Amino acid sequence: MDVGKILAIAISMVFINNFILSKFLGLCPFLGVSKETKSATSMGLAVIFVMTCSAIITWLLYYFLLIPFNVEYLRTIVFILVIAAFVQFIEMVIRKNSPALYRSLGIYLPLITTNCAVLGVTILNIDNFFPSGQAVKWGFAYSVFQAFFAGIGFLLALILMSGIRERLQFADTPRSMRGVAIAFVVASLMSLAFMGFNGFRF
Amino acid sequence: MEILIPIIILGGLGLGFGLVLAIASKKFCVEADPRIEKIFARLPGANCGACGFPGCMGFAEGLIQGSCSVEKCTVSNEEAKEEIAKILGVKIKEEVKKVATLHCFGGNRAKDKYTYQGIKDCVAANLVLGGQKACVYGCLGFGDCLRVCPFDAIKMSEDGLPLIDKDKCKACNKCVEICPKKILSLSPLSGNVFVACSSHDSGKDTKAVCSVGCIACKLCEKICPVDAIHVVDNLVIIDYNKCTSCGKCVEVCPMKTIKKRE
Repeated sequence: MDVGKILAIAISMVFINNFILSKFLGLCPFLGVSKETKSATSMGLAVIFVMTCSAIITWLLYYFLLIPFNVEYLRTIVFILVIAAFVQFIEMVIRKNSPALYRSLGIYLPLITTNCAVLGVTILNIDNFFPSGQAVKWGFAYSVFQAFFAGIGFLLALILMSGIRERLQFADTPRSMRGVAIAFVVASLMSLAFMGFNGFRF
Repeated sequence: MEILIPIIILGGLGLGFGLVLAIASKKFCVEADPRIEKIFARLPGANCGACGFPGCMGFAEGLIQGSCSVEKCTVSNEEAKEEIAKILGVKIKEEVKKVATLHCFGGNRAKDKYTYQGIKDCVAANLVLGGQKACVYGCLGFGDCLRVCPFDAIKMSEDGLPLIDKDKCKACNKCVEICPKKILSLSPLSGNVFVACSSHDSGKDTKAVCSVGCIACKLCEKICPVDAIHVVDNLVIIDYNKCTSCGKCVEVCPMKTIKKRE
């Protein structure tokens, strides 16, 4: 396993190919849950967890089920099934074992079910680490790291956005721009800023 | 044959996940408090939010947790409240019944200062120089309040003013919040006199734009036997803690600004 490669994945996923600000995936929670830093952090952590676990499950399914039977074209529908079922399962477990965590995370978990960023990261893993249908060496570890750092990037974007929006509350915004309108403007400016990272080449 | 493989794989996966979830939902099932359902069934279900909770379900949960009391629901009737109190094992406190009241009687009687041709919406009209009425305090008459009312208690009268049905009104505060002129308020139903004007202009200026506005003549203040009425900043204010609803002010008011609720 190449540490340099993992570092490259980390920087790429957090900054250059940030899922929200460069790939425009998972925009609904980005605008919906970024009003307070606290809930944004919980949401981000939940996404990191779900992304990493779904990456593990989907990689295994793809490698041991879809490739041997030559049905790679089923990946999208199978991955959606995996993510939805997995999130449901996690929700039940958390609800039973940790009511406190459920209360702080509860409403965000169903949101993650339909979060395109999670599906995006699993599909991206398959695209990156199964070139020409063959698994690359250490591909499993790489894809888990890629999902984890994609989650970190998601968390970063969410925290940055919520920080800005908390301060925006006190700004004298024109009436017609208040609320979601100014949030979209902020999001696009942040996205422009993150596109500046595109100059990095590894 | 080839078509069978994807069918089996997808069907098998779906079935597998379904089974796991079914078993998990049995194994990890959380017993919900049965009282929540019972209370929810007795709440009005309008989800108006007057209690400050997100909908009736949120209110029911709040009641169980003890973070609020039954009286917070202004909408449900006395019987329902008593039943809920019984479920919770608490006594309810008597609360003053309130009703939304419009503090303006201008409508078509108040003059316009320009012809408004925009969206027929009070908030929109208010953005254009404070609305088309010459009286800057008065009702604009586009009926934002009746659109927002969840109980269908507000109708538009022929005078171009919202008429509030005091039996249907549940004092949910929605119309009070939406009104851009802030001329609706919740006043106690027991005090059945109210001031139908919000103008802080001087008597002369009010008279110039509206035939029924308060001219701050102070006749009501002088006649009130219990010192409940005062003219503050060119407008009559009734103190409902002192008012006995004797109706003397209604008779004496030259502009018929103070009214009795029918």
